[in-house]
Amino acid sequence: MSRKFQVLLIALSLAFIGLFIVWYKVSVLGIPFLPHEKRSVYKVGAEVSFEGKNKAVLVSMAIPGVQDGIQILSEDVASSGFGYAEAQTKNGKRAEWSKRKVEGPQILYYSLEVMIEPGETNPKPPIEAVEQKSESLSDLPNTLINTAKILLDDVRSRSADTHSFTAQLIQEFNNENPSQAAKILLAQGGEAKIDMLFRLLRYRHIRVRKIHGLYLESARRNIALTPMLEVYDGKDWQLYDLNRGKVTRDKNFFIWKQSGDSLLNVTGAKKSNIRFSINERQVPVQYLLDKKELLDKAAILDFSLFSLPVSAQNAYQHILLVPFGALVVVLLRVLIGLRTSGTFMPILIALAFMETTLFAGLIMFILIVGIGLVIRSYLSNLNLLLVARISAVMIVVIMIMSFMSILSYKLGIKEVMTITFFPMIILAWTIERMSILWEEEGAKEVFIQGGGSLIVATFAYFVMSYPFVSHMAFNFPELLLVVLSVIILLGRYSGYRLSELIRFKSMAN
Amino acid sequence: MFANPFKLKKLGILGMNKRNIHYIGGQNNRKYYPLVDNKLKTKVIAEDAGIAVPKLLATIERQSQLRKLKDILASYEKFVIKPAQGSAGKGILVIVKREGDTFFKANGQSLELTDIHRDISNILSGLYSLGGKPDVAMIEQLVEFDPIFERYSYEGVPDIRVIIYKGYPAMAMLRCSTKESDGKANLHQGAVGVGIDMASGKALFAVQHDSPVTKHPDTGYDFSELQIPHWEKMLLLSASCYEVTHLGYLGVDIVLDKNLGPLILELNARPGLAIQIANQTGAVKRFDKIDEQLDKLDIADRVKFSMKHFGSILK
Repeated sequence: MSRKFQVLLIALSLAFIGLFIVWYKVSVLGIPFLPHEKRSVYKVGAEVSFEGKNKAVLVSMAIPGVQDGIQILSEDVASSGFGYAEAQTKNGKRAEWSKRKVEGPQILYYSLEVMIEPGETNPKPPIEAVEQKSESLSDLPNTLINTAKILLDDVRSRSADTHSFTAQLIQEFNNENPSQAAKILLAQGGEAKIDMLFRLLRYRHIRVRKIHGLYLESARRNIALTPMLEVYDGKDWQLYDLNRGKVTRDKNFFIWKQSGDSLLNVTGAKKSNIRFSINERQVPVQYLLDKKELLDKAAILDFSLFSLPVSAQNAYQHILLVPFGALVVVLLRVLIGLRTSGTFMPILIALAFMETTLFAGLIMFILIVGIGLVIRSYLSNLNLLLVARISAVMIVVIMIMSFMSILSYKLGIKEVMTITFFPMIILAWTIERMSILWEEEGAKEVFIQGGGSLIVATFAYFVMSYPFVSHMAFNFPELLLVVLSVIILLGRYSGYRLSELIRFKSMAN
Repeated sequence: MFANPFKLKKLGILGMNKRNIHYIGGQNNRKYYPLVDNKLKTKVIAEDAGIAVPKLLATIERQSQLRKLKDILASYEKFVIKPAQGSAGKGILVIVKREGDTFFKANGQSLELTDIHRDISNILSGLYSLGGKPDVAMIEQLVEFDPIFERYSYEGVPDIRVIIYKGYPAMAMLRCSTKESDGKANLHQGAVGVGIDMASGKALFAVQHDSPVTKHPDTGYDFSELQIPHWEKMLLLSASCYEVTHLGYLGVDIVLDKNLGPLILELNARPGLAIQIANQTGAVKRFDKIDEQLDKLDIADRVKFSMKHFGSILK
């Protein structure tokens, strides 16, 4: 009884651990549960154009850094003849191009591939507050300063705290019907709305920063960054859209820059301009999983098969299927009672079927074993020692295989070329064992066991070649724990086999 | 087409999985397996314990000994060659007659010395042993089977399989070779199994290929008249194997020699399930009865217990 309990405990805990890791990977790390699932990947391109004046040119552009909710998969720079470097400044990363002598129109490209992370993310902007110089508005004409002060006092009287103040102020500048004061400030201040708002807020000693970003949408060309304001009230950062007021950050809002520094600085050239374009494409998740960035996210993935070189990964895509084949063998033998020639020979045959396709594989297998049996029956007359005889059978198997390949190639049947995927040593042993079986127990037993092996191999083939199974096996290798627990449970199954229900039928009547 | 598994369970019929887990796995300690898997070892321990076995004439352990095969066989007219670690009757060669260097199998097929040479060579290289281990060939005295079974056997020695559970004889059957089984007494090769009443040694039912028969397919004799002689002696002989092998679930194969009486031919640590069909009785019921019997009994009392409790109502 205690052994039974142990088995149950081990099996259940294995299954639980396996399923828990799967759940964790799916819901927390966002590895897709279904195969062929695709994710949108956006290619965001910045195009910097300017005209050289036959002078040294230095171009400096703010580039996005790591942010919550949106993952940067890769970056790419195209700039022929320019020196390129990335600089890390206090206010974020910048891309810097340089060239000694530049003449005529130039275009520099910088692009990123980004992906919106699945699942709910609560974007959390960095908490640290930016040091801010106080604003004096002293460069504005006196009348405007007065207008601004009146406006701010008015807004202040209508607000309760920093956030409601900001919201009310933006309301004044709202597109549809800006207030009189706002109109005057915008018209005579000679500044963009964002800059005016920024200065007014700072004048009130509110911590604020300008955010520039892009909405990730499909096929956008020649667009500019969308400006937003972010205000800190001592506890939280709050985002404000210039038209809509208080907003929460949309999942597809990709922040390009969040500092006061200029987006683009070009020295030594004229007519500088920057435009952005966005392209969406669907990428199989497999491709995304290869990316290192995802690996860095979780230690659990760092120990996964994705950290292996691609060639080793490919080998494991096959190896990890073997346990599922073993499960089929256990099921068919323990529950159904099929007899096979060699316990795991059917799995190896099924692996070969995966390369040859099922139908061609079955025919080739029967042909090779059939011809092999004929030749083996002659070899048995030669009175050879066992090892020599099996080696001889193996050589014969290789000869049959090469002959079938050559013949079929001449006939133009391409499928037969895959015959090389059959494990020839296993075939040789199968032939040897079946030949002995034939001599001792007759042809019937050979057909029972040979047929049983092929049935098991076919089932194993269907299971192992089912895309869902291979996807699960490779992306969730911890499922092996679940397979293990099922096999352990089946190992303690002491009920009848299906074949026994037939065998003992006469006794039940 | 399928029997109701609950009904089978109610009848106490033992299935392969339960046999493997509860009886072989639960009763048989693996360290004692070599005693029964290696017939040479079985023979030695049986002889030491005074259990009657067919006489060992010679053993061939190395290929080099085969050069002297002619000398080794020189003085024997009839003999059996078997692999010490063979299973399911594989690789057994029965020579019943000899004319010079020509040997005759039970079915009349003649063999030259080179054929025997090859068979032994196969045995030595492990063709018939579990896992292909190198093996030893045993040359044994041919059992001259009691003519009482002549009518029920075609070219071969019928043997009696007794299942010994924890030292108690639990079930028995006579295995009769047929033309189909090539003189071998293995049921899956087509031999007939005849269930034997534990109390009297009388035949109960007969099955071939798991289905009931009433007459031997080759000789045509009706099994209902069959009565095994020396029945109690046979049960005593087989029950005594428990002390020697320490295996709780054991199959004992006995042959009846016309001069020597019952002899243990071989032991089996994984006896099959067909015996239940031959007896039309589930084995689990009898095993459970034995499990309920907690007293330590000696061989004779265990046999008495079995004869008393497992005797058939058909008497």
